[in-house]
Amino acid sequence: MSPAVPDLIIEILLSALIVIGAAFTCLGSFGLLRLRDFYSRLHTPTKATTLGVGSLLIASAIFFSWQEPGLSLHEILVAIFLFITAPVGAHLMAKAALHLRVRGQSGLPPDEILDGRDNGSPSESGTGAPEARW
Amino acid sequence: MNDMTVSGFLLPAALAIAFLLVSAALLMSLARLVLGPDEPDRILALDTLYVNTVALLVLLGMQLGSNLYFEAALLIALFGFVGTVALAKFLTRGDIIE
Repeated sequence: MSPAVPDLIIEILLSALIVIGAAFTCLGSFGLLRLRDFYSRLHTPTKATTLGVGSLLIASAIFFSWQEPGLSLHEILVAIFLFITAPVGAHLMAKAALHLRVRGQSGLPPDEILDGRDNGSPSESGTGAPEARW
Repeated sequence: MNDMTVSGFLLPAALAIAFLLVSAALLMSLARLVLGPDEPDRILALDTLYVNTVALLVLLGMQLGSNLYFEAALLIALFGFVGTVALAKFLTRGDIIE
């Protein structure tokens, strides 16, 4: 297969993507280790997932499309899965932390907000007793 | 499979740096997993460990020039998400499947 793009350019592009992705992954874990409260710690690994692993997967897709005949696209599958699931997981972890009353740097919202935010499901709103549904 | 390994100078150097950085990320997530003052911190550290493992597997696939590791990376991402959801659900509701 005659190369449409010179190998050196692909190699420079791949190296940049790999180093940037690994640096973002490392920074995400560094923030996870160093930030002060849970709600700050929650946001750094999400950036590591999106930017770090995302660019590593793009680099891998380019690498295997370059090395092997044909297009290699199943890295995109991993990337899409991670992009979809990272916010969902972060949302569930934040809900768990609020339920356990984990305190942040600026304290917590008042109890009636914490307890009353999620009881608006229409099937149970008429039963009277307000109970915490998280 | 031998001619698919990394050639040249730039790419092996970048891969070596990336292995070092991702291994450092794994160690820092492990430290948060051990230290973490609350349970959500530990869940978050475990989730980050899964994501870092996916990154490490992608790098290993490029280093060895093998396509096999993507299935492993996909499975680890899948089970990591399921584990995160199950643990967070357990903390919020006291039960996983109600």
